[in-house]
Amino acid sequence: MEATLTFSKEIANLLYAEHGNPIRDCIQCGTCSGSCPAVEYMDHSPRQLIAMIGADMKEEVMESNTYWSCASCYQCNVRCPAGIDIAGMMYGLKRYSMWRERYKEGLVGPQFNESFMKMIMRTGRSFEPVLAPTYVFKLGAKDMFDEAMMATSLFFKGRMSLIPKRIKRIEDFRKMVKRIIPFGGDA
Amino acid sequence: MKQFAYYPGCSLESLSVSYDQSALESAKALDIELKEIIDWNCCGATSYFHADELLAYTLVARNLAIAEMDGLDFVAPCSGCYKNAYFTNQYLKEDPDLADHINYALEADNLHLEGKLSVKHLIEVFIDDVGLESIKEKVNHPLKDLRVAAYYGCQLVRPRKDGENVEDPQFFEDLISAIGAENVNYGNKMRCCGGSLIMTNRAAALDMVYQLLLDADKNQTDVIATICPLCNVNLEAYQSQVNQEYKSKFKIPVMYFTQLLGLALGIEPDRLGIGKELVSARILKQFE
Repeated sequence: MEATLTFSKEIANLLYAEHGNPIRDCIQCGTCSGSCPAVEYMDHSPRQLIAMIGADMKEEVMESNTYWSCASCYQCNVRCPAGIDIAGMMYGLKRYSMWRERYKEGLVGPQFNESFMKMIMRTGRSFEPVLAPTYVFKLGAKDMFDEAMMATSLFFKGRMSLIPKRIKRIEDFRKMVKRIIPFGGDA
Repeated sequence: MKQFAYYPGCSLESLSVSYDQSALESAKALDIELKEIIDWNCCGATSYFHADELLAYTLVARNLAIAEMDGLDFVAPCSGCYKNAYFTNQYLKEDPDLADHINYALEADNLHLEGKLSVKHLIEVFIDDVGLESIKEKVNHPLKDLRVAAYYGCQLVRPRKDGENVEDPQFFEDLISAIGAENVNYGNKMRCCGGSLIMTNRAAALDMVYQLLLDADKNQTDVIATICPLCNVNLEAYQSQVNQEYKSKFKIPVMYFTQLLGLALGIEPDRLGIGKELVSARILKQFE
C-alpha cells in the first residue's frame, strides 16, 4: 500500500484531524494569497502551494519556504470561502518537514522550534536568552549588533532577566510529557 | 470581588512585565482579583504546534487543570496563550477520546481536567465582566484628546471563536472611548505584526511592523494600544530597527491597554510599569 501513497494523499492524511475542510475543496480563488501579509516573502503563495500539493509536487513543496514564512495570523482562514484551515495546513507541513528533517537551507524556523521545545523540557517556561543563538548568528553583522543593543536596553529597563524561571514540579511535568512523546533522559 | 484564574504567560515575567503590573493594578481598581495559577508552565507558544499537536494540547491542559481546581475561569493577557487555551479547552470538550488521552498524561502530575471552565482574554474581563459603564463611572483622569490606535493583532479574534466580527470589531475602540481617549481610524488594526517571524524571518517581520507603524503614523496616532505582549514588543522594541531599515522616523509610543486604563483610573504610572518603554511615552505625562 505504501508504494501507492501519493504526496497529496499523505498530506490529506496528515490533516485528517485538522478542523477545516480537506484541501482538495480549494477552488484556487487566491483569497488566501491576497490576504496574506507575508506573501511577498514566500517562494510560493498559499494558493500556489495548495495547487502544488494537489499535483503531488513533493520535492518542490519540501524546498519551499512558504510554510516557514507563515506568521499564523489566520487571516486566510477566516476568509477562505472553501473553509480550509490554511494556517493549520502550514503547521502540518512544518511538522511533516521537521519529522523528516527536510527543509530549505538557511531557514531559522526548524532550529528555533527545536531549541524552544528543549528549553520547555528543561525549565517548563520560556526564556528568551536561550533562544537567541538559534537566530542571532544568522543575522547580518549590523542586525546582530542592533539585537545586542536592544537586549542591553531592555535589560536596563528591567525587561530582561538573566536567570531562567523554572517550574517547581518539573519532574512530574517531564513525566507528563513522556506519556505523550517518549524522549531521551537528558532532555 | 470577582476572581479569575490568571495565567500571565512567560512574556509577562520579562519583556512585558509592565503588562503584568498594569493588568493586576487596573483589575484591582475595578474589583477584580486576578489569582495567579500556581506553578503554571509555558503554553507552548507556536513552537509546540509546529512539532506535535498532542503535546501542545497537553502543555495547555496542565494549566487549565490547575485553574479548574479553584473553580475559576481562565484568563490570559497574551493573545497567543489565549488562543492556545481557548481552542485546547474547546477541543477537549468536544472530543472525549482526546480528553482521555491528555488526562492520562496529566495523571503523571496528579492532575485531571473535567473541562468545566471557560477561557477568556483579559480584555474580555474588562469589557464583559466589569462592563464599559462601570469603567466610565470609575474614570477620574480621562485621557482627553489623546489619539489612540487600538491594535487588535491576530489571535484575539482569529481564528474565529464564536461568530464574532473578525474583519472590523469595535469592542477595543469602545474601551478606548470609555477611558476618554479619541480613536484613530486606520485600516491596519487587524493586520498581523509578524509575530514570531521577528525571530525566524526578520525581513518579513520588520516589513509587517513597518506597514502598521506607517498606517498609524499617517493617521496622527499619539499612542498605539496593544492587547498582546508579542505585538507590543514587535511594534515597540523593534521600532528603531524598522526606522533604520526603512529610513523612517517613527517615534510612536506603544502601550498595553491596561496601562492606559490604569492611568484613566488614576493609578500612579510607576505601578503600571510606565517608564519601561524603549520609545518614550512622554505624551502620557499630562494625565498623571
